[in-house]
Amino acid sequence: MDELSLYVLDITMNSVRAGATEITVELREDGKWLDFTVSDNGCGMTREQLAKLENPFFTTRKTRKVGLGIPFLKMLAEMTGGYVKITSVHESESSDHGTVTMARFGCDHIDFIPLGDMVETVKALIQGSPEINFVYRHSNDKGEVYLSCAEMKAVLGDIPLNEPEILSWIGENLREQYKGIGIV
Amino acid sequence: MKSLEELMAIKAKMQDKVALRTSSGETRIVVGMATCGIAAGARPVLSAFVEGVNEAGLSDSVMVTQTGCIGICQYEPVVEVYTKDAEKVTYVKMTAERAKEVIEKHIKGGKVVTEYTIGALKK
Repeated sequence: MDELSLYVLDITMNSVRAGATEITVELREDGKWLDFTVSDNGCGMTREQLAKLENPFFTTRKTRKVGLGIPFLKMLAEMTGGYVKITSVHESESSDHGTVTMARFGCDHIDFIPLGDMVETVKALIQGSPEINFVYRHSNDKGEVYLSCAEMKAVLGDIPLNEPEILSWIGENLREQYKGIGIV
Repeated sequence: MKSLEELMAIKAKMQDKVALRTSSGETRIVVGMATCGIAAGARPVLSAFVEGVNEAGLSDSVMVTQTGCIGICQYEPVVEVYTKDAEKVTYVKMTAERAKEVIEKHIKGGKVVTEYTIGALKK
């Protein structure tokens, strides 16, 4: 994968598949580091699963025998001097379950890859799971890009967020906000 | 978040249209969006289908959805097309350009683009 936004899409899909109804995707840039955090209220992982997570030959899926999402993310983060930190509470342990995946990337590092098109990533997520309440934030020294599916639903009522008109509004709105923080 | 008012206006325009949309899903286009698909370029393929279906005015009868890994990672991006009467068609190694072609020839024209199907690849 040659842009960070694809990693964000891939990792956030884990939350979707974990049955989450609320997912927050957050990017924070301070000039030196880019921190990416996705938190969800999905089923979470047991301690056993969590321990095996970085092993590419561990996966819960049935269609193939390898799981590369987290190993890819970890490799890229560590190559740029950063790290990945994952905490999770399995649904059998608490009613307050879910997973938080945090990855830090060194922006100045030669192995850092371009952020790519985050707007397309957010649109793909909402297109695939219009029922999920995504919150998206991306901040840098110039300000913040913000989108809340719950706020949109409050306006739209029963019109699903993956209607083409709504998706293109989401795209335009985000691109406009991105201009405001100097990212085109 | 800015311009939620804009959204209100879009809602007003859409309400009648969405209410009428009961037959949705006669044709289903399913894009594989697991790690294998994403790494191979599924995101632009997905967006080409979403935009293409809308531009063709087919949103009422064609649904674009996503799925996880279906187990043929080496052929990603993989797209499956389900139509009412015909057998499922599996397109492999898709690109945004190929997506446009599939909409034009298969979804609109009813003619499978054989050269992009998994059958053509295995020969």
